[in-house]
Amino acid sequence: MERVPILKIGQILLVSIQIDLQDQTVQVLQEDLAERIVRTGARGVIIDITAVDIVDSFIGRMFSTIASMSRLMDAETVVVGMRPAVAITLVELGLSLGGVRTALDLEKGMRLLGASLPSLADGR
Amino acid sequence: MTAPPQEPVPITSGDDVVRVRQAVRTAAAAAGLSLVDQTKIVTAASELARNTLVYGGGGHARVERVTDARGRAGVRIAFGDDGPGIPDIDLALTEGWTSGSGLGLGLTGARRLTDEFHLDTEVGGGTTVTVTKWAR
Amino acid sequence: MSGAVGTRISEILEDREAVLGRWVELVTEGVRGRITEREVRTELGELYGLVQRELADGDESAAGELRAALQEISRSRARQGFSPSETAVSVFALKQAVHERIGAAGEETAYAQFIAFSGYVDELGLMTFETYSATREQVIADQAEQLLELATPVVKLWDGILGVPLVGTLDSARTQVVMETLLQMLVDTGSQFAVIDITGVPAVDTEVAQHLLKTVMAARLMGTECVISGIRPQIAQTIVTLGIEFGDIVTKASLADALAYALAASGVRLVEGAGA
Repeated sequence: MERVPILKIGQILLVSIQIDLQDQTVQVLQEDLAERIVRTGARGVIIDITAVDIVDSFIGRMFSTIASMSRLMDAETVVVGMRPAVAITLVELGLSLGGVRTALDLEKGMRLLGASLPSLADGR
Repeated sequence: MTAPPQEPVPITSGDDVVRVRQAVRTAAAAAGLSLVDQTKIVTAASELARNTLVYGGGGHARVERVTDARGRAGVRIAFGDDGPGIPDIDLALTEGWTSGSGLGLGLTGARRLTDEFHLDTEVGGGTTVTVTKWAR
Repeated sequence: MSGAVGTRISEILEDREAVLGRWVELVTEGVRGRITEREVRTELGELYGLVQRELADGDESAAGELRAALQEISRSRARQGFSPSETAVSVFALKQAVHERIGAAGEETAYAQFIAFSGYVDELGLMTFETYSATREQVIADQAEQLLELATPVVKLWDGILGVPLVGTLDSARTQVVMETLLQMLVDTGSQFAVIDITGVPAVDTEVAQHLLKTVMAARLMGTECVISGIRPQIAQTIVTLGIEFGDIVTKASLADALAYALAASGVRLVEGAGA
């Protein structure tokens, strides 16, 4: 099973999903992230799904879980780069991703985190 | 008219769910479905393949390209398992209802994402779900 | 098919020079100079060879090639402005060419075989007809799609703000196209806002209202915001009567109000110029 790498940039953890996600990978990623947030004291999490061509209910639920989980550990989560076809399908599927913040691309996601966490602006 | 059916894809692990998604993506693209419709049918297939794995205890998916009477192309997938079956179909197709740990979007979501949805189940006799998506 | 056509017909077909020559002559008369005799000869020569191979030699692969060649001719004739019956008639002319040869010989068995041959040629002629209508249908479908695209422009109103002025009746298919185009444009231009203006839309039904709603929700999932402006009283009534939940979607009375809202939300401040 492949593992999704988690990168740390300043106080932000960046997860860029580049593979076809299977359920177990999703679960491991959730656990890895929780552990990294605690260990690094990160204040923000960005999940980049620009390369993801489908999000089903299982993957969608991961976003919600990560968002609520990181909030408990005082970190904000932003999902960035959702493709139009994926967004339309999620709406049709009936998944609203409640509690998950989204941004068009990585840059806008960083800005969104920066705005809500002024201490992030200088990257420390 | 129906293209010769492909070999069924076995569903016995999480990796197989990914394989089903890829097979459906290829078939949907070949049938000329739009990007959005491809995404819808692949997502539906992902939900149903997971159901087959989790609730049906594994099974298989048969992916085929089909053509209707008016010559419209489409893709049809039949998911079959020899699991316990679904005792209450109406309940299983109720929005948000789930017997497992999911969001209860598997069957209802797959039905909304496809043009045709057919559920065939018998308690103790397994379940077959067949979905079809036509090119617009 | 080969077995159904008798040996006598095959014999007649063997006299390629005479039969093909007469066929070309008949067809050339019919096309009245729109294509040259030389082109007709090349086209029919190919068909003739394939007919012979299928009928006389019972060559299976020739049957497929023959049908492909006929489709090709039908398509090119359609492009040259021939009517489908003209194309079919040129195929049917082969019957006359063969029939005249029998007439010359005056044999009875040959006439019986000719009936089967005639049915075979009819089938080929009808195939050109089918190809013609399929080609036309494709043209119509393409045009309908182009119209749809023309009728749903997505324009840039401001840096980061897109506008979709919808005019005319919205049906489900068109709304879906708008939805997909708009969302893709948001990505392509990196825009944060979209204003969907429905001032020019006389009425919406449940399905269309649902599509609009879904567009707004999908845009939100992508991290962008849609504002709907210009909802007419009748449409507002429809939405309420149908019980469609528009929830916390931002709606504005006019396109100007919607633009002002989007500008303010993106942090742009409009200041009156010194000259004003």
